[in-house]
Amino acid sequence: MTLKHALRYLLLVLLSMIFLGPLLFMISSSFKPDEQIFSDLRSVRAFLPLGDVSLDNYQQVFEQSRLFLYFANSMMISGATVILGVLVNSMAAFGLQRVVWRGQALLLGLILALLVIPFEVLAIPLMMIVAKLPWIAVEAGGLTVVGSWFNSLHVQIVPFVANAFVIFLFYQFFKDIPLDLDDAARMDGANLWQIYWRILMPNAKPVTATATIILFLAMWNQYLWPILVIQGQEARPIMVGIQQFFGRTADWGQVMAYATLVTLPVLLVFIVFQRRFVQSVAGAGLKG
Amino acid sequence: MSARNDKAGIFFALPALLLLGFSIVLPFVAATVMTLTDQRMLTPNPTEFVGLDNYQRLLSIRVHSVQPLRDDAGAIQRDDEGAIQYSNSPTIQQATNDLPPYQELGIFHFGDSLYAILVRDPIFWQSLINTFLFVLLVVPFQIGAALGLALLVKNPIGGRTAFRTFFFAPVVTSMVVVSIVWAFLYNENSGLINQILGVFAGGVVAINWLGSEALALPAIALMSAWQGAGFQMIIILAGLQSIDEQLYEAARLDGATAWQQFRHVTLPGLRNTLTFVVVTTTIAAFALFVQVDVMTQGGPNDATTTLIYHAVQSGFREQDVAYGASVAVVYFLIVLSIALIQRRVASSSERKR
Repeated sequence: MTLKHALRYLLLVLLSMIFLGPLLFMISSSFKPDEQIFSDLRSVRAFLPLGDVSLDNYQQVFEQSRLFLYFANSMMISGATVILGVLVNSMAAFGLQRVVWRGQALLLGLILALLVIPFEVLAIPLMMIVAKLPWIAVEAGGLTVVGSWFNSLHVQIVPFVANAFVIFLFYQFFKDIPLDLDDAARMDGANLWQIYWRILMPNAKPVTATATIILFLAMWNQYLWPILVIQGQEARPIMVGIQQFFGRTADWGQVMAYATLVTLPVLLVFIVFQRRFVQSVAGAGLKG
Repeated sequence: MSARNDKAGIFFALPALLLLGFSIVLPFVAATVMTLTDQRMLTPNPTEFVGLDNYQRLLSIRVHSVQPLRDDAGAIQRDDEGAIQYSNSPTIQQATNDLPPYQELGIFHFGDSLYAILVRDPIFWQSLINTFLFVLLVVPFQIGAALGLALLVKNPIGGRTAFRTFFFAPVVTSMVVVSIVWAFLYNENSGLINQILGVFAGGVVAINWLGSEALALPAIALMSAWQGAGFQMIIILAGLQSIDEQLYEAARLDGATAWQQFRHVTLPGLRNTLTFVVVTTTIAAFALFVQVDVMTQGGPNDATTTLIYHAVQSGFREQDVAYGASVAVVYFLIVLSIALIQRRVASSSERKR
């Protein structure tokens, strides 16, 4: 029994090395000059930040790429999509689950049917649609009409706010909140909006957290869509930024520093909220 | 609660409905219409309706047979090594007047004749083959790994939460970052993987993982499984925890071995979970794009182009929008059939119960 136990541990440790190895290599190499990355390759030191370590690579990355801008862009895009997405999708779920109206069953069926269409099918036609779509922008205090959505932040936000899967998650969660709560609130004179905002949403914190994680990760990792609609630097998100940096530099340490900067915020949030993350995934998987 | 309130229902649902209409329904309809035209990104010519031309160009395939050369007596001519000689028949490209012309995808021998498979878009067929190959490689490997990991961390063991977190860490790492880091790991001369193999082999190993036609796609599949397995592990873990522990106890009382318990308790208990995991992983694998775009750009020699990569390449980079959208529609039809097959299987197994 103890031998079996020891073997299982050995296997788990070995597998952990395989799963963490590339990430540790990335982080450790980001502190090293290239000569040291190469000389460490054949030893355990490849995975450890030892030796001639410094922040030089990071300094170089900030000097050679507009990383702050791309980072801020991705934060804006992800943050806005999460806030708007939680609001819009939970409202729709409330309307479909808590209000009685004509056509709600049909609409629920239609929304669920949309789940089978992957974004990859829509990307090229949507690109053609937004290419010539006007947008009203605020510029220098006045309003101007811009003739295209290309090269903007909103083109990376608006198409991803409504999400059939997130509507479905909220719908399932609302179903388990007892109707007695609504009735009690209605007795106290609450209208539907108040029931939604003051009764259901405060009770839906777990599913709100799940929706936040799903939407944030999806938006932070966006790659295909910005390739199609963003050409210049001003609205470029971080994933396109790192891909282009990777394409034009031969310095391993700097690319690893860039990769670490892009990954670390998400990795840290994940480590802090890992229980929540894991539950979200399991919940999303089982309900889907 | 019982009173009908159409206005309120529409009020709550309207923002989502408008946005879903804009970002899914409208482009979906546009995709269908667009593929029947010759729309390009920038062109002075007006867009015209061309019927099924795009799909014909994609799917046209013909087999052209080349007869062996015969001497005056009618016997088949052979060279010194006994190989059958074929005439240099009028070039097969001239088989029809279609534009773009037919090109050779591959040849095979059957009987005495030589057959050439001719298509109008060889890269499309190559990407179709590559995409299926990738799915066949990554799905069993990734789900097998996920199942193994889930079984290892299922029972209480010191530090199991930590192990679970380690296995899940690549999932929250973006695929762009993963592809960049692994491009270094796979590097021919100074990649970590060759160096580690070299330490074990006691010499220099210089496998050109991403530069070899045979290895590039499996290398991408291995990396993708590493990145995604933690996700399926968590879902399988939830499935494992829903299996009644008493079933295992009963099996042990009957003297079942660990393998028999796995075969007759665990696997049947995971049926629905595994079906779900296989279907979602398969559909995701058919969309392979990021890894290819970052690591190989479809190369070497089109060995890693995929359907979505080909769609983006022709629809965006070559500005042939209608054609790129048609490739994406083919991808959609594949995904749709998988979803429909799964629904059929799921509902027939429901009825059996």
